[in-house]
Amino acid sequence: MDVLLNPQLWASTLAMTVPLALPAIGGTFSERTGVVNIAMEGIMLIGAFFGVTFSYWTGSAWLGLLLAMVMGGLISAIFAWAAIRLSADQVVLGMAVNIFAAGLTAFLLNTIFGYNGTPTKTPSLPEVNIPGLSHVPFLGVLLANQSVLVYVMILVVIVAHWFLFHTNLGLRMRAVGEHPLAADTAGLNVARLRYTGVIIGGVLSAIGGAYLSLGILNSFDVNMTNGRGYIALAAMIFGKWTPVGAFLASLLFGFATALQIALQGHGFSSNLLQMLPYALTVLALAGLVGRSTAPAADGLPYDPSR
Amino acid sequence: MKIKWMSMLAPVVASLLAIIIGAILVGVLGFNPLSVYGSMLSGAFGGWYAIGSTLTMAIPLIFIGLGIALAFKAGLFNIGADGQYWIGAMVTVWLGYHLNGLPGWLHMIVMLLGAMVAGGLWGGIIPGLAKAYRGAHEVITTMMMSYIGILLARYMIEEGPMKAKGFTPQSPMIDQSTWLKVLIPQTQFTTAVILALAAVLVVWFLLYRTTMGYQLRAVGFNQRAAKYAGMNVPLYSILALGLSGVLAGLGGGVQMMATDHRLLDSFASGYGYTGIVVALLARNNPFGVILASIFFAALTTGGGNMQMFSGVPASLTNVLEGLIVFFVAAERLIPMARDWYRTRRTGKHSVAISEKG
Repeated sequence: MDVLLNPQLWASTLAMTVPLALPAIGGTFSERTGVVNIAMEGIMLIGAFFGVTFSYWTGSAWLGLLLAMVMGGLISAIFAWAAIRLSADQVVLGMAVNIFAAGLTAFLLNTIFGYNGTPTKTPSLPEVNIPGLSHVPFLGVLLANQSVLVYVMILVVIVAHWFLFHTNLGLRMRAVGEHPLAADTAGLNVARLRYTGVIIGGVLSAIGGAYLSLGILNSFDVNMTNGRGYIALAAMIFGKWTPVGAFLASLLFGFATALQIALQGHGFSSNLLQMLPYALTVLALAGLVGRSTAPAADGLPYDPSR
Repeated sequence: MKIKWMSMLAPVVASLLAIIIGAILVGVLGFNPLSVYGSMLSGAFGGWYAIGSTLTMAIPLIFIGLGIALAFKAGLFNIGADGQYWIGAMVTVWLGYHLNGLPGWLHMIVMLLGAMVAGGLWGGIIPGLAKAYRGAHEVITTMMMSYIGILLARYMIEEGPMKAKGFTPQSPMIDQSTWLKVLIPQTQFTTAVILALAAVLVVWFLLYRTTMGYQLRAVGFNQRAAKYAGMNVPLYSILALGLSGVLAGLGGGVQMMATDHRLLDSFASGYGYTGIVVALLARNNPFGVILASIFFAALTTGGGNMQMFSGVPASLTNVLEGLIVFFVAAERLIPMARDWYRTRRTGKHSVAISEKG
């Protein structure tokens, strides 16, 4: 019980939510336009690696983040091209991106930086401390020394919700994911809207990856995402393909991770505790949340000639 | 016949494209692509030792690839074969150092059955039931179960009941009477190959020569049509994922009896992912799985040699794997390139005519 009342646990929950919520919302954008995206894990690795590399090369963590977003956008553009233009199987493609990204980042890490890891001088993204907040009980600890990307995430949740459900473009993107033929007949450009969704998703996933390497650390490690991209995928489904839902589901998984870390000093087995977020995911999908329904045209390539 | 030829062509073209892109990548970084691939090739096939290592490496991939291919045939994506493999390995090892009173052959059969049941339960029953009755996507459930399985196996040897005495996290050795016999001396190439080939034949027979296999493929081909034809679609989801897990678990068990002889902290093998690539490259054909497994095993054993002799990190092989999967998925590239070439040629042709006229 003491563990649950410790505000440090909730601060760590918030910190652990960022690398899940950003790719989960990213995936939501992609799938809302009808492109199944299981490539978040790989795109996160790309973001994490290139974030650190460019941060080291340019001496600016912000430029590193920007270029991580560009690389994430680039690889998801290639993914989108194969999924949309070539009507390739999207699940298999996503797997290809994940395997490729894991290999490429490990390969480049060793060819660029050798076998000793990324340089320790790499600048990282700043932490934010709001003046005077440290005197406020609970909130003071909750928000102390959080990465700037925590605030970016909160902004992304709000903007993404507004964008998808309260703008014209958002409505069009959702239409293309539900019924592309009708959307096409109504004069929408199905392919272009799908590219937009997938690339927004890639950029958000890359920020999530860069958070791991530049936000809480200043280094890249082989496979440092450690399956977060897949948990984000579960969070997206758990959140019923809405940005706010994805965020709340990510909070739950973030909490499971934070709890596991907090309990580690208390004589619990770390291996067994680490199962918590995964077991929670299976339970969630096995029906504790009710059936979640994907966008109707999710995963179906749209080919008007057929 | 033409369709069959095309389906063989695509994986070959995909592999060639990946190898070419890999060569460019390696060349840009200042290595000589020919000597890099040369060291890879000699590491994989240069001499009996290399061939033995490559074939040894191929065996777990055959089991896992077969399982994933079988699930693909039913339209399901088993992404968590890694965990099923390790759960199978764990149960086999546990049975392997208990039950020592049994005669060797019976002991071995019990161990293999244990691996199959464990893998089947892990991969099939839990994700299968969740899929069939709750619509939970198998990509996520098999993946999550895989993480849980690996953590469970690690728990067993690090702090759990299977930890052997001493500081190294490992289980006790399985009974020596249950080790598979080595076929190529100085290597770990064992009679496991016979089990692997038998599994290929069984899966082939099951898929193409039985009603159950026919219905399983029908469900994968068109779920709605299969449902209206009166097939029990949820049952086949459970069955396909279950058999997929049985094969992955068997792979883990066989590997323990053939080479490892105990559960070690070697969980980062990544067999589950390579198995997906194997199934894709084989076009889910059981016999193709053999060839594809040898191909990827060669990439792995060759990759180690390459890192040692040319200094190129072995992770290059993962880059190649990713590219191959990409190009296999993007199979439409081939007809698209052909059409593009044709229209360009006829385009030129019509220009030539108009110039003449």
